[in-house]
Amino acid sequence: MAEIQDYISTPKYETFSYLPPMSPEKLRRQISYLINQGWNPGIEHVEPARASAYFWYMWKLPMFGEQSVDVVLSELEACHRAHPNHHVRLLGYDNYSQSLGTSFVVFRGR
Amino acid sequence: MAAKKYEAGVKEYRQTYWMPEYAPLDSDILACFKITPQAGVDREEAAAAVAAESSTGTWTTVWTDLLTDLDYYKGRAYRIEDVPGDDTCFYAFVAYPIDLFEEGSVVNVFTSLVGNVFGFKAIRALRLEDVRFPLHYVKTCGGPPHGIQVERDKMNKYGRPMLGCTIKPKLGLSAKNYGRAVYECLRGGLDFTKDDENVNSQPFMRWRDRFLFVADAIHTAEAETGERKGHYLNVTAPTAEDMLERAEFAKELDMPIVMHDFLTGGFTANTSLANWCRKNGVLLHIHRAMHAVLDRNPHHGIHFRVLTKALRLSGGDHLHSGTVVGKLEGDRNATLGWIDLMRESFIPEDRSRGIMFDQDWGSMPGVIPVASGGIHVWHMPALVNIFGDDSVLQFGGGTLGHPWGNAAGAAANRVALEACVEARNEGRELEREGKEILTNAAKDSPELKIAMETWKEIKFEFDTVDKLDVVNR
Repeated sequence: MAEIQDYISTPKYETFSYLPPMSPEKLRRQISYLINQGWNPGIEHVEPARASAYFWYMWKLPMFGEQSVDVVLSELEACHRAHPNHHVRLLGYDNYSQSLGTSFVVFRGR
Repeated sequence: MAAKKYEAGVKEYRQTYWMPEYAPLDSDILACFKITPQAGVDREEAAAAVAAESSTGTWTTVWTDLLTDLDYYKGRAYRIEDVPGDDTCFYAFVAYPIDLFEEGSVVNVFTSLVGNVFGFKAIRALRLEDVRFPLHYVKTCGGPPHGIQVERDKMNKYGRPMLGCTIKPKLGLSAKNYGRAVYECLRGGLDFTKDDENVNSQPFMRWRDRFLFVADAIHTAEAETGERKGHYLNVTAPTAEDMLERAEFAKELDMPIVMHDFLTGGFTANTSLANWCRKNGVLLHIHRAMHAVLDRNPHHGIHFRVLTKALRLSGGDHLHSGTVVGKLEGDRNATLGWIDLMRESFIPEDRSRGIMFDQDWGSMPGVIPVASGGIHVWHMPALVNIFGDDSVLQFGGGTLGHPWGNAAGAAANRVALEACVEARNEGRELEREGKEILTNAAKDSPELKIAMETWKEIKFEFDTVDKLDVVNR
């Protein structure tokens, strides 16, 4: 029994929340994938206490047709600066499936 | 138009049902049968016999034939092809006018297509390889209660396959112990757990007790992780009334998904349940017990791609598809073919995948393929590559068999999954770099590290029995 380790649950945030926080370089590659899939980047944020709601606050409007990783990154950072205690997630709107191609939390709030 | 006179007696089928000049209508239901005839029966006669016996014909002429326009209602054998690499059999293509079938009734279509004809004496063996359902017919069926996008939105799962696990042992656990196993899996990082197909309402665990403890497990795990969770509550039951009673109770408990066995339960029950699910906002997971009885023999029965189409029409949001890499039968190209038939809107004819006809589903929602059976973390890179995001990957033993328990096993699978998705998005080749990707992810996850050590050497390398005809021999 000694080698068996206890598993402690902690709050999670869906996709990629079981991996360590992404390095800036890794984050750039995910944004680049999102853009290359033809999806439209969008940013949302919320107080951690309300994280389980379907609808978070939109940060501005989805960035329709945005092709620049730098622009997406700077908007993520701007959202984080404006709401440092909020979760901030990046979405990829897929207008063909009328759903999200991806969604993951980039900054975890407190 | 009193052109025909009644003559009693037996006519060759080919005179009426073999029509090589016939150009199928867009609205016809088309079927491709693989026929192994008895010695001495020629191909055209055998094909015509199948067309006749699966539509309007019987073995002898009857006077009431002349009271209708049989030429309008009959099935027509319109083409014959060799089966690549197998000269004991051949393909026969049959066109059925749409008016032969009741609207929205998978039951009625299959009662004709795979009815008496499969026991017909002139045929040694018969297999239904594919069926083209015209959009005219598709539009009369309800289809999946929700479909892929709605499920993603309801469950809040994006950008990755979902993870599941069938609770084991499959029989004999009490409801509370069973709920414990569910809770541990979900809190560890799975999206879904699943009742085994054999679990209905046996003396050791009655359905109501199971539903109550599972609901508690789900609600607790959701509160603890902040993620949405579900358990496929099996509502397969001895009667349709019992089935619906169980589904109603699942809904009362705010459960997101129920489960049904569409072949043993039957198409009628399945379609009723799918309609109930659509009406009540409950997702529907479909298991396929009995499918191998029908689809495994390459010369007789019904190909799984046809059962897949039957399910998409009857209704289900998930369907087990085989894993390609695990312990159960499944040829890779054929599996990719029926996965497309589950998810896509238009699937072109592709003989390299065994798809004999174009299939247009129009706006009918898609079904999520579920890969389940004998898979573990080492299979993850291949599974993500083969199935893509719109799938559920189910690790039963691969979760519950973890040396530290279900929660650690679940976490190991979740870390492996997310590492593979992240790597794929970065443009890496999963099946070639899988080992490196997993090994790297395990540096931050002791659960994954132990899982990789536990299952390293397990492989399933038996050859498939039912191969695509292009690779037979």
